[in-house]
Amino acid sequence: MDKKKIVVAVTGLNNTDNPGPGIPVIRGIRESKEFDVRIIGLAYENLEPGIYMKDIVDKTYQIPYPSTGSDVLMDRISYINSIENIDVLIPNFDAELYTFMKSEELLKNIGINTFLPTIEQFEERHKSNLPAFGKKYGIKAPFSKDIISPLDIQQIKYEFQYPVLVKGKFYDAYIAYNEEQVTNHFNKISAKWGVPVIIQQFIRGTEVNVVALGDGKGNTIGAVPMRKQYITDKGKAWGGITLSDKKMLEITHNLISKTKWRGGMELEMIKTINNEYYMIEINPRIPAWVYLAVGAGQNIPEALVKLALGMKVEPYKSYEVGKMFIRYSYDLIGDIRQFEKLSISGEL
Amino acid sequence: MLILLPSNFRNKFNMQKMNIKKDIAISESGFVFDPTTGESYSLNAIGVEILTLLKEGNDQQEITDFVLQKYEVDADTFDNNYYDFINMLKQFNLAKTEA
Repeated sequence: MDKKKIVVAVTGLNNTDNPGPGIPVIRGIRESKEFDVRIIGLAYENLEPGIYMKDIVDKTYQIPYPSTGSDVLMDRISYINSIENIDVLIPNFDAELYTFMKSEELLKNIGINTFLPTIEQFEERHKSNLPAFGKKYGIKAPFSKDIISPLDIQQIKYEFQYPVLVKGKFYDAYIAYNEEQVTNHFNKISAKWGVPVIIQQFIRGTEVNVVALGDGKGNTIGAVPMRKQYITDKGKAWGGITLSDKKMLEITHNLISKTKWRGGMELEMIKTINNEYYMIEINPRIPAWVYLAVGAGQNIPEALVKLALGMKVEPYKSYEVGKMFIRYSYDLIGDIRQFEKLSISGEL
Repeated sequence: MLILLPSNFRNKFNMQKMNIKKDIAISESGFVFDPTTGESYSLNAIGVEILTLLKEGNDQQEITDFVLQKYEVDADTFDNNYYDFINMLKQFNLAKTEA
């Protein structure tokens, strides 16, 4: 069978110790038996490792941060598209999603397909909205509250029992046992990600995660549960294993069915000693450990590309339990000329 | 350390039937995998035999008879080891006592 030639643009090439999902997403798409794919990397920084992985990314373009304004970013994407004729664009950062969701129609008009959650879906699952979200969809969620100023920290003791989790609106989470520690974490997080900072009730148990894909009509196209086996000091999985957990899958299917979730997602849950599941976070994109799902039999990135292209996708029915991933670090040798080319021309 | 138990405790314990978690995979090498939690454990050869017998639904008396017949061990020593082993299985949520 002749493979269909497509061009896919991907962000999140920062395959570092705090990895973006770009490289595992690309690996999944490249393993497709149906697509002959040209990968266009979209990089924010010059030293994102994916830029230099020539067997993974065919060509990379620098793009401006969404904070510079959505028009500037879209102008750059339009320029790249005029050269590359992009079929599908997969944004992989929480912080850029809003801009791409807002620009979905504009991208569609220049021939670029995306498959992203709606603004409503994106907004209602925010960390600070999680208790209301849980109530609406019948999911247990820890009590959370936004704080915007150090003055709010004194009030925490009236509503929470220590320890509490202090979380950034996009990334970062720290455990705090007293007001002083909350203050330290608040300062660190707000300086990096801005406010609000979220205070979340600490639930004791084991963290378990699901990577899933919804078709936007209430169907779950794929879902694979995993437990982190090795966690870095940044709280990122450095090793994990697929689980056989009917309850986690039931929660995922129900959530996708009720919300009609569109696109990739990661559900982060705490399983307590009493086998209760608390939703602690819903990430509105494919996670960096998605290649485990590919290895377990569900090529979620490929399915997402098909959905973006409007192709019919049959839901995955099973996956292999006990499949593991182990990350590793590897030194790529680059050359200053590559760095120069990227720095000067914004392309490599 | 000596732990004093009520005199009828051991007999009561003997009467209880263990429910081994259905999904766990036990390999001949002694590797035990719990697919619901992702945890894995290592057992020695006799541990594998006992866990397999428990999983097949044998009660303590049947397992004791099997072990005493196959290995050179007295009933009290085995009883103590069996009790420790079962407690470990419960602690790791691999088994629970049938109500």
